[in-house]
Amino acid sequence: METREKGARGDVELRWAELIVALLVVAGALVVMVDSLRVGIAWGDDGPKAGYFPFFIGCILGSAALWIAARTLVAWKSLGDKMFVTGAELRPVLSMLLPTIAYVIGIYFIGIYVASAIYIAAFMVWQGKYGWLPTLATSVGVPLAIFLMFEMWFLVPLPKGPFEKLIGY
Amino acid sequence: MLEDIGNLMQGFAVALTWKNLVFMLVGILLGVLIGVLPGLGGANGVAILLPLTFTMSPTSAIIMLSCIYWGALFGGAITSILFNIPGEPWSVATTFDGFPMAQQGRAGEAMTAAFTSSFVGALFAVILITFLAPLVAKFALQFGPPEYFAIQFLTFASFVGMGREPPAKTLVSMMLGFALAAVGLDTVTGTLRMTFGQTELLQGFDFLIAVIGLFGLGEILLTMEEGLAFKGTKGKIDLNIVLKTWKLLPKFWLTSLRACLIGCWMGITPGGATPASFMSYGMARRFSKKGDKFGTGEIEGVVAPETAAHAAGTSALLPMLTLGIPGSPTAAVLLGGLLIWGLQPGPLLFVEKKEFVWGLIASMYLGNIVGLVIVLTTVPFWAAILRVPFAIIAPVIVVICAIGAYTVHNKFFDVAMMVVFGVVGYAFKKLKYPLAPLVLALVLGDGAETAFRQSMLASGGNVGIFFSNGLVGSIMALGMVILCWPLVARVRAFGRQRSGGARPAPPPA
Repeated sequence: METREKGARGDVELRWAELIVALLVVAGALVVMVDSLRVGIAWGDDGPKAGYFPFFIGCILGSAALWIAARTLVAWKSLGDKMFVTGAELRPVLSMLLPTIAYVIGIYFIGIYVASAIYIAAFMVWQGKYGWLPTLATSVGVPLAIFLMFEMWFLVPLPKGPFEKLIGY
Repeated sequence: MLEDIGNLMQGFAVALTWKNLVFMLVGILLGVLIGVLPGLGGANGVAILLPLTFTMSPTSAIIMLSCIYWGALFGGAITSILFNIPGEPWSVATTFDGFPMAQQGRAGEAMTAAFTSSFVGALFAVILITFLAPLVAKFALQFGPPEYFAIQFLTFASFVGMGREPPAKTLVSMMLGFALAAVGLDTVTGTLRMTFGQTELLQGFDFLIAVIGLFGLGEILLTMEEGLAFKGTKGKIDLNIVLKTWKLLPKFWLTSLRACLIGCWMGITPGGATPASFMSYGMARRFSKKGDKFGTGEIEGVVAPETAAHAAGTSALLPMLTLGIPGSPTAAVLLGGLLIWGLQPGPLLFVEKKEFVWGLIASMYLGNIVGLVIVLTTVPFWAAILRVPFAIIAPVIVVICAIGAYTVHNKFFDVAMMVVFGVVGYAFKKLKYPLAPLVLALVLGDGAETAFRQSMLASGGNVGIFFSNGLVGSIMALGMVILCWPLVARVRAFGRQRSGGARPAPPPA
């Protein structure tokens, strides 16, 4: 988060990040409070109702987040040159995050073993520029080791897909 | 006292079986590995391995898991000194003097000092646990719901008051944890809260998932951003260097003792290992004769933070065992494990599961001795692991995190939640929201709520019950003071500013 020139592509300013996160928390706090009101925050027949405690939590959460938002707005001008993340930093983060999201979706459809193999291989080729031999060795070796450890040794079943069905497991 | 020593000896008999010694060894090795790798740390490492221990006997399992914790504490120092990359947040302060020492070719000396001080800090804390824990447990037997709530209040107040982060952000993080803990079925009234008709939310959020996401994926994303260039120095340790360094160390006994005390205090009141290491480093710099040379490769600058971090990390188990209130995220994960095995931490544990408690305490002694020997002999191996390129390590760690998240409840939904927590962890870390309060609130949320409601029920809704007797009143009062401490400090700083006596800025984090 070093100080640098403004306006580069993909830069996210710190003040915006602060404000947006604080406002998201406020929204979350409102959800908590509204739902607590729904289940009742008062005293029931047998003691405090279910919303009694969470409602307090929501109040404190919301006020703390509002305080952070307000302080950010007060210091808005002086925070102007601070970056939350620069475009150059954001790129590698997204190059990790987006494949990971794809990977998790993949787990749902093709099982964790195949998805892991593809994920590791893709990452090694794309980020590490590895040749096919080390890539193949790692991307097959790691899921295989996991398979032996979990399914065979510890007898913990992990999500499986069509490929595992095909080889009869 | 004598009875405790007798119990401890019985504990050694429990811990000193071949099977448990092997688990100890495996635990330490896994722990150092976890401590060395980016994205895997004590908390999420233990969380990921927790489901694998469900089939073991609770004693063996907790011995292995706590040894992973010791190993991770040791491992953090290796990356700090050799690569200037703190493997764990609590070893950030170790980089200040450790890395300069390594650059001067004194890596072996720095690591020997770090490991030995870690050992001393841990030993001090374990001795404290041995003699203090039974007393605290006996004392806590008289606790009712108001006292429990007061202790929880004190715990969370000390996060706000003692933390290094802005109090409002600590509060947000903590309350988010409480709010997430409230999701799902309310056990007292049977009402569904904040589930919005989603069946996945019925059981609420498991804190293990949060830990794996926040500390695992979040950390990986941060590491990606920094652009991984491991520019490490070579680490060589031989017996000569070890013996030479050990001769130097007794000179720093005062620094070491101070670090032990700071560490134990911060561990028991859940400040945690990270602030303890910074505080100890700062104190050592202020009081040392060579204070102005700190940061250029002073061995004392390695001793101070490492001793404190280990003392804090170890003593965090004291409130976990005796009160059921963990002093650190990793202690919280261990607590979760105990609950899964049907062991309710708290004062009764010392009465009902005596051999378990003392076996665990005995294993702390043994685990730290084994750990010291292992790390001193295997440094080159760990340094080699760190040279494995990040393009291989990063996806493998994410795969391990995904598996860890899945195996907690065998639910796909948890894996997706882990990614969400990962993004939250990344954003929160960058905006300086502390993560530990969120995790602890998520763990303790239900307990705190139950204690609060039972107290309210007993008093008919009168908050005065929290001041109804000397014990609960003084705990609450102490909590209030700590909670308001940032305010007091600010008023004092303001007064000083107005009187013109500008003080030098505190050392950078």
